[in-house]
Amino acid sequence: MPSPFNLIEGDRQQKGGEKRSETAGRWQHDSMQKMLTIISNVLRGSASRHGAQVVSEAASMVASSRSYADFTPEATFDIKKVDLHRLEEGPPLTATLTREEGLKYYRTMQTIRRMELKADQLYKQKIIRGFCHLYDGQEACAVGIEGGITLSDHLITAYRAHGYTLTRGGTVREIMAELTGRRGGIAKGKGGSMHMYTKNFYGGNGIVGAQVPLGAGVALACKYLGNDQLCVSLYGDGAANQGQIFETYNMSSLWKLPIIFICENNQYGMGTSVERSSASTEYYKRGDYIPGLRVDGMDVLCVREATKFAADHCRSGKGPILMELQTYRYHGHSMSDPGVSYRTREEIQEVRSKSDPISMLKDRMLSNNMASIEELKEIDIAVRKEIEDAAQFATTDPEPPLDDLCSHIFANDQPFEVRAATPWTKLTSTS
Amino acid sequence: LNENHFLSCLVEFSKTSPAAVQVNVRDALNQAMDEELERDEKVFLLGEEVAQYDGAYKVSRGLWKKYGDKRIIDTPITEMGFAGIAVGAAFAGLRPICEFMTWNFSMQAIDQVINSAAKTYYMSAGAQPVPIVFRGPNGSSAGVAAQHSQCFAAWYGHCPGLKVVSPWNSEDARGLLKAAIRDNNPVVFLENELMYGVPFDLSEEVMHKDFVLPIGKAKVERQGTHITLVSHSRCVGFCLDAAAVLAKEGVECEVVNLRTIRPLDVETIEASVMKTGHLVTVEGGWPQYGVGAEICARIMEGPAFNYLDAPAVRVTGVDIPMPYAKILEDHSVPQIKDIIFTVKKVLNM
Repeated sequence: MPSPFNLIEGDRQQKGGEKRSETAGRWQHDSMQKMLTIISNVLRGSASRHGAQVVSEAASMVASSRSYADFTPEATFDIKKVDLHRLEEGPPLTATLTREEGLKYYRTMQTIRRMELKADQLYKQKIIRGFCHLYDGQEACAVGIEGGITLSDHLITAYRAHGYTLTRGGTVREIMAELTGRRGGIAKGKGGSMHMYTKNFYGGNGIVGAQVPLGAGVALACKYLGNDQLCVSLYGDGAANQGQIFETYNMSSLWKLPIIFICENNQYGMGTSVERSSASTEYYKRGDYIPGLRVDGMDVLCVREATKFAADHCRSGKGPILMELQTYRYHGHSMSDPGVSYRTREEIQEVRSKSDPISMLKDRMLSNNMASIEELKEIDIAVRKEIEDAAQFATTDPEPPLDDLCSHIFANDQPFEVRAATPWTKLTSTS
Repeated sequence: LNENHFLSCLVEFSKTSPAAVQVNVRDALNQAMDEELERDEKVFLLGEEVAQYDGAYKVSRGLWKKYGDKRIIDTPITEMGFAGIAVGAAFAGLRPICEFMTWNFSMQAIDQVINSAAKTYYMSAGAQPVPIVFRGPNGSSAGVAAQHSQCFAAWYGHCPGLKVVSPWNSEDARGLLKAAIRDNNPVVFLENELMYGVPFDLSEEVMHKDFVLPIGKAKVERQGTHITLVSHSRCVGFCLDAAAVLAKEGVECEVVNLRTIRPLDVETIEASVMKTGHLVTVEGGWPQYGVGAEICARIMEGPAFNYLDAPAVRVTGVDIPMPYAKILEDHSVPQIKDIIFTVKKVLNM
């Protein structure tokens, strides 16, 4: 009897190598048994129906039964060793990924990827205006970090924030509608690309570096309230030289705040490469007295394990820790930067082909029989649809009403008069 | 709001009742903070020397001893960092009081005050309130020279999303600081070092632990009929002194204490100008684009203009960096004689 299973397209050697799951064989045998039982039941029980229909029904039952019983439920992968600063030990050298986690990470990263590409499209159509800093290429960072903390922890980042808005609980719909400045936007059209907020996510911040002390303040509140939560405070290689970040390193260490500093090093601060901006490009050591880790930011498992390690460090009361994620952005700094005047197309292409975070996860899952190509394609289709629907909403939802001009100036306040462009126009604020 | 109104009414009512106690501005601020720290566990104070040193100007004396390290926090000399930390703590639900040793040092941190604190509630469409108070001494002191003498009322007063408060006496200091701490919005609280040691009589009602003054409401300190003097902070005292001298010559000045720079209580000023027909603003800060300039512009644009019998005029600090030598410093700030001179000019005396 021919095997109904597709043969996986050969082993693919990943960075750092990987182990095939040893449980694959046993699972295949068990599910073969189950499948045979299902087929015989179908054939026996449908004597009154047309033969071909029965067969196709059986085939679709075979196809659907595949997803539950046949895949490897979990696999362990070797991950790249992390460079350590002032640490005796680092995160583990292997990571265990369940099928469920893998599908979740795949879907989330693909959603971020497609959402950012759609934003690119809408920007070029002039439906999105102003600043738009895209995150494609860096997906493993946002998704991996979220895999290492919980939604009751806190996170703050700079302006390349769409991915984090999603991982922190925002929907594609409300993110895109914010980019297009509509009333259904996550900030009702008042904030735009750089100012999106969700529970325990403090933006989206436009001033380079300012978010880092803010994050330490959130961490101070966690310690003050004794809630065992922590704050992840992100910044880029460009921001890493900001004075206020060093001020924050100092106070966080003095007061042992539960903060994870994360430098997303995508090699370029706008058009300036790290070599041209920083006397030391070892960003994971720049915290000096703060222990540091340098992590492969293109590997979602690496990021996740490092984040778990860092979170344990914080929660055990040891104070701050610093992670440098080595990552890459495919787009330029923002939509007004083509991104090829300070780096070569070859460089971008090389990263895409060798280190793409989504491809890396996909290859791992396929070569370990944790998912099928069809299944992943279905996810891609579902993601595309989600993005299309969101874009449709974002382009058709109306803009905010003019009444919103003066809303949300102050919290919990009586209405007051707001000076308009001329003394005769009367505007009133609302809280 | 009802509670505030009730208590403010009580204060007005008991203006002529015997004073309960004499309290200087420093102690009024101290007591206000103490009471608010006790009332709400989320309130805490951070800044340079606020804890073990008892405050650079002793405004926070005794608080660290009473509340400890968790709630009274000494910071390193890193304004941008600790102001950002204070704002972040407010994001996460605490109610920080962030002290700048003087408002001159806030320039190091001004991005956090404006871009992180003032604008966030608006940018987030109401998702993220910022219940923070920034406080410290503002404006000129005595002999501290140019880098330590600037008045920031106009700069902060310029920005939507901030409330900016400038108390004059102990009642102002007490009531407005308590209101600021209880306010769910970022408040810039501009004190004055030379007022810290000045005592004022405070009634029983004012000493009540829930006494608050409404932010955004000016107070008429002295009734008058011939001319309106509008001022804030230490200059209010100078206006009252000038008014006392002018009264001897038969000129009755109405003195308005702004109490709040933003939002500006233009209604109280307009009502006064419509009564007296003459306006002089008095401030310690520089003239260009200042508090007085704003008041004059608003009067021009509003109903009170038609009641003016003479152009509105400003008395301000001299438009120079503050010099050190006493004789020069004395001539860099508005003096009582400048106010008297201006009143007479405006009244064509």
